[in-house]
Amino acid sequence: MDHHLILRVVTRLLVAPILLFGLYVQFHGDFGPGGGFQAGVIFAVALILYGIVFGLSRLRSIFPDRWVMRLLAFGLLLYAGVGVVSLIQGGNYLDYNVLLPSAKAGQHYGIIVIELGVGITVFGVMMAIYYGFAGRPPSIEDTDW
Amino acid sequence: MTDLAVTLLLFFALVSTAIAIALLRSLFAVVMLSGVFSLLAALLFIAMDAVDVAFTEAAVGAGISSVLMLGTIALTARHEMKPKRWSATPLIIVGIIGAFLIYGTLDMPAFGDPNAPVQTYLNPDFIARTPKEIDVPNIVTAVLASYRGFDTMGEVAVVFVAGLGVTMLIGGSGGFLRRRYRETVLSRKDGQA
Amino acid sequence: MSLLFDTAFIGTHLNYWLFVILMMTGLYIVVARGNLLKKVVGLNLFQASVFMLYISMSKIAGGTAPIEIPDPNAVYSSPLPHVLILTAIVVGVATTALALALIVRINEAYGTIEEDEVLEIDRAKSLAETAREDERDNEEARAV
Repeated sequence: MDHHLILRVVTRLLVAPILLFGLYVQFHGDFGPGGGFQAGVIFAVALILYGIVFGLSRLRSIFPDRWVMRLLAFGLLLYAGVGVVSLIQGGNYLDYNVLLPSAKAGQHYGIIVIELGVGITVFGVMMAIYYGFAGRPPSIEDTDW
Repeated sequence: MTDLAVTLLLFFALVSTAIAIALLRSLFAVVMLSGVFSLLAALLFIAMDAVDVAFTEAAVGAGISSVLMLGTIALTARHEMKPKRWSATPLIIVGIIGAFLIYGTLDMPAFGDPNAPVQTYLNPDFIARTPKEIDVPNIVTAVLASYRGFDTMGEVAVVFVAGLGVTMLIGGSGGFLRRRYRETVLSRKDGQA
Repeated sequence: MSLLFDTAFIGTHLNYWLFVILMMTGLYIVVARGNLLKKVVGLNLFQASVFMLYISMSKIAGGTAPIEIPDPNAVYSSPLPHVLILTAIVVGVATTALALALIVRINEAYGTIEEDEVLEIDRAKSLAETAREDERDNEEARAV
């Protein structure tokens, strides 16, 4: 898309605020609408927008393929790991009350960590799916759209 | 009254979008209209007090789904084939199923009824316990992450497996699948050209 | 049957019927259209109307979104259907992506994404196979 000057300039301006908004949605999910599922998608959307406008190879140099699979697994492991930690502390699986001395603080920490796990996995899955579709040789030329 | 008017207006926009999707044969237009459908659905969710769901529908349905479907069109075809013959059978089947479903709704609780089972069994309990036990203002997050944490972990695992499945089907940079793809499909295309 | 002419009843049950209409539009696309991508779009319509049905059940008259506000008399819509549908939407897009990936693979194997053409190619292939097997059987019979 080298010939679309307006798209390129606007994308450059938009990517950083979209990433920031993704972080806001991730960590503000306890207080307003939002949470890991939405934040993961919004974070992936910023990178996908960059990839669509500036080309897949430039996106790959910023965010390499091997990181996608690592993040994908790491998010789910983080979620399951919180359950294991609460087991070690003597509670039930995924019982956040025992994570910290105060039950309410434990709940807050537990929710933030598992939402982070959800966000990382959803982000990784969306990037893996996008790389899968965009990485194939297209049957329609760019100018035919 | 305004609530009902807004809901009806949104609903008629939704139905006309759905009918346009059924009739159009340009797949590009179909994909764009399905994005419009998702945005209208998100507005309807806000009108029914489900802000979290509306947020997700707008980000996922209008954002990611459209990108994926456009990617699929780029890899396959832009137009749907003209059907060889028109048959009334699907219309009859759909009509019968719809009639049965509407018959099933006749003894459903009224819209917004405070005495409906949805509102009386678990709802007061969750709303009363959340400030005392978890102390986060968003009750949806409290139920999602804490009371139903096990369920959400299963959902994340489903998303994880779907991501792995897509990568195995069409992803991967190199390796057996990509090599075989180059040998068969690309050489066939060169032969045609 | 007198229920159907009761305006109050219609007003409070209209939402269910409207979602059934949307659902049936989606089902019609899935059953009647042969293009695989269009079938996936139809399934998405069907899915979205099921979501709306769930969310409309959680709405309470005069209520607000289930995010706590300082007002002690506030009435909140039921958060439980919201939680179920929130996760269902994300799982839905992941499974849609899987379906689209399968469509891409079908296009690579058959060169088309029309259901009729795929079935035709399959039928031609199996016919050719049976013909070859018949030939082999005949030859064996002759040899004996």
